[in-house]
Amino acid sequence: MNGGRNYSRVIVALSVLIFAFSAQATEIHKVVSDKGIVAWFVPDKSVPLIAVSFAFRNAGSATDPDGKEGLAEMTSSLLDEGAGEMKSQDFQRAVEEIAAQLSFSAGRDTFSGQLRTLSAERGKAFDLLKQALNNPRFDAQPVKRIRSQIIASLRQQAENPRRISGRLWSKTVFPGHPYSKPSAGTEPTVSNISAPDLHSFVRHRFSRNRLIIGVVGDITETELKTHLDTVFGNLPARGKTVEIPDIKPAGNGKTLIVRKQIPQSVILLGHAGIKRDDPDWYAALLVTRVFGGGGLSSRLYEEIREKRGLAYSVYAYLNPMEHSALLAGGVATQNGRAGESLAVIRAEWKKLADKGITAHELENAKTYLNGSFPLRFGSSGGIANMLVGIQRSYLGMDYIEKRPSLINSITLEQVNRVARRLFRADDLTVVVVGDPKGIKETP
Amino acid sequence: MAFFAYSPFLFTTVQAAVFSPQSFSLDNGLKVVVIENHRAPIAMQMLWYRVGAADEEAGESGLAHFLEHLLFKGTKTIKPGEFSRTISRIGGRDNAFTSYDFTAYFQRAAAHELETIMRLEADRMHNLVLTDEVVLPERDVVLEERRSRTDNSPAAQLREQVRRALYLNHPYGRPVIGWMSEIKKLTTENALAFYRKHYAPNNAMLIIAGDVSVENVRMLAEKYYGPIPSRVVPARVRPKEPPHRAARRVVLKNVRVRLPSWSRTYLAPSYAAGEKRHVYPLEVLAQVLGGGSTSLLYRKLVVERGIASSAGAWYSGDGLDYGEFGVYVSPKAGGDIQVLENAMVEELAAAIKEGFQPADIDRAKKLISAQAIYARDGIRAGPNAIGQAFTQGQTIEDVEAWPERISAVTPEQVMAAAKAVLIVESSVTSILLPEAAK
Repeated sequence: MNGGRNYSRVIVALSVLIFAFSAQATEIHKVVSDKGIVAWFVPDKSVPLIAVSFAFRNAGSATDPDGKEGLAEMTSSLLDEGAGEMKSQDFQRAVEEIAAQLSFSAGRDTFSGQLRTLSAERGKAFDLLKQALNNPRFDAQPVKRIRSQIIASLRQQAENPRRISGRLWSKTVFPGHPYSKPSAGTEPTVSNISAPDLHSFVRHRFSRNRLIIGVVGDITETELKTHLDTVFGNLPARGKTVEIPDIKPAGNGKTLIVRKQIPQSVILLGHAGIKRDDPDWYAALLVTRVFGGGGLSSRLYEEIREKRGLAYSVYAYLNPMEHSALLAGGVATQNGRAGESLAVIRAEWKKLADKGITAHELENAKTYLNGSFPLRFGSSGGIANMLVGIQRSYLGMDYIEKRPSLINSITLEQVNRVARRLFRADDLTVVVVGDPKGIKETP
Repeated sequence: MAFFAYSPFLFTTVQAAVFSPQSFSLDNGLKVVVIENHRAPIAMQMLWYRVGAADEEAGESGLAHFLEHLLFKGTKTIKPGEFSRTISRIGGRDNAFTSYDFTAYFQRAAAHELETIMRLEADRMHNLVLTDEVVLPERDVVLEERRSRTDNSPAAQLREQVRRALYLNHPYGRPVIGWMSEIKKLTTENALAFYRKHYAPNNAMLIIAGDVSVENVRMLAEKYYGPIPSRVVPARVRPKEPPHRAARRVVLKNVRVRLPSWSRTYLAPSYAAGEKRHVYPLEVLAQVLGGGSTSLLYRKLVVERGIASSAGAWYSGDGLDYGEFGVYVSPKAGGDIQVLENAMVEELAAAIKEGFQPADIDRAKKLISAQAIYARDGIRAGPNAIGQAFTQGQTIEDVEAWPERISAVTPEQVMAAAKAVLIVESSVTSILLPEAAK
């Protein structure tokens, strides 16, 4: 395998940004096709692959029409089940013939897709993606089959404690809002979705004004432009925006219990968070990292897992959305000690607001956030997804360069002010699934 | 400290293949593999020990996995929790995992932190310190892990019972995480004894991947791992399976099951043991029989007959002593499980009688071989594949030759493997059923 240093040429153009970690430099090129399709592109010839990641804003499950909940997810399962002249099995075989990897998924706010292909097969791969996005067939047989698969999976998940807690949590904090909709739908709503709904979804949501693209890999910029036009160039320029109101998470302070005879209680909790474009974002990110961030060290990890052995998994994280924001957490503890777990988390929540974090903790969180960032650059797919993520949050082409200083400039005073603003133990909405001891439901 | 101590390195570079690793050994027997990949300034360290759940004594199930948790509890110089705090401070990620044949530890971090992660990992190979104060809460953590993974899920409970039924004698029949009653009895002394018995440089492979150089890795490996003395480790001789003469059937009914499912798991050869000529054909068989939506089982049961919501097949050939081949099917909502079982049995019999289309076999082979190219995208797949091979009786050459060997499989070999393995007497049929609430 060749090393990956063969793209160190310097391109002098306004649309090119070079960011450096150490010895290497990775270039983001802003590519604009003849038909005006914009993609952020990182050329990389180290592996003979191309990774494409794309997303349509305002096209996730929150945009599902009432009574048709599950439409976005069902569409994501059906785009590769027949397109253009190819029926379902023909299309699937064509993807396999070239060993391409094609996938679609629906989040709350966006509909996204990923293509990975051997660069030798790129022509066919881009054509298949074009067919899937522009001419999906939604034939009766695959629609019926996928619908029954979704219903089967809904039944399979019906008694999963995480699924139950997640559903109740969404309903409680986003009452009546599209974010409370079950993203996979329910049996009645999925049964109510048919081919015209799927065609309508594609026609109205897959518009160029919603589109974000990231590409990484072994292809020239000139050729990429051609393929961008092939795949995305004929999509409608604009689609009607689905109005989704902003919402402040509700349910403040409530505790809800779903009694199930299982040995371990699954607990979800949280309250309002902070949006991605909030000036306090980086301070919030740092303080949440100290409190309950990923990996094998955080205050929650220390208090719940290391000191008391109360859980295998305990976490807290920021979840910024287009129309709301959450600070959420979770733990799973044997029923007999569930009350103790919840009490410890509440106490830590309050302590963080009251006393903040130390200078030492802040310093460690900064070195963590900066040091771990390059780990996301390990694979083509990872980089392509990041290119989409940066565009999605309007962070700008210089984001990767700017990020360390945005983090390093945060002071202890800022962080602890934000800790007080953000962490509100009395506002916590708690959902417990299991047979917990020592937890009272709010009347 | 044996800093720069001379040792005659055995250097090998495997030609023209998947990960193109370079390897050498230290005097104490530690095998070292380097996979250079300079696309991003990151490094990954993996340390693989040739010890897992199948090396436990009867009655101490879960000990290998428990010890894995305890390796994060500190050494003579590193306080409990300091290991992961250090990794976190430098922006690294660390974790570990345990299976039947291996225990593996890994970190990913900025390439310039390579020395830090190598120093820390080497230290806990021989300086572990355990006290009840840190061990007992961690045992509770493992019990919670078991509740999360297994006891809260009827499907996972059934999988555990299937293993017990599949292996009549071999320790692969135990759960890696251990039985609840046995985990509760594990002690600090059990863990330390297991550590002293199995954790040694001559029982491990160190793999460093990413933006690193062989020279630098060699220097750091000598510096930190080199001084650790080798020790005698037990041979991995496990009880063998007696002839399997009776098909087994395991049924779990639970009120929390809303959709039934059916599967059958066959004892099979592995890359390291049994009828090895069948292993590459079994990979192809799993793909062509049930590896996706153009596979035979999906096509027949889900698309054509329209009675199932999912159907497929899989092969796991990594085990040091045995492999497993499986087929599964789930009904559509409201479907009958006996109808599905009959249909599955018919389709398997028809496949063995009639064989597969050559075009389908070719497509399956191409698809499997392409995974080798995708695997080079990123730094994790190489260390994973090579570490698994090392701990499970294979070589780096086997890993590198994998795509070629898949390409060489013929339709006749696929059929021979199918006939050899799809024997109901050496299988467990497992059925998950809803139970009416009382």
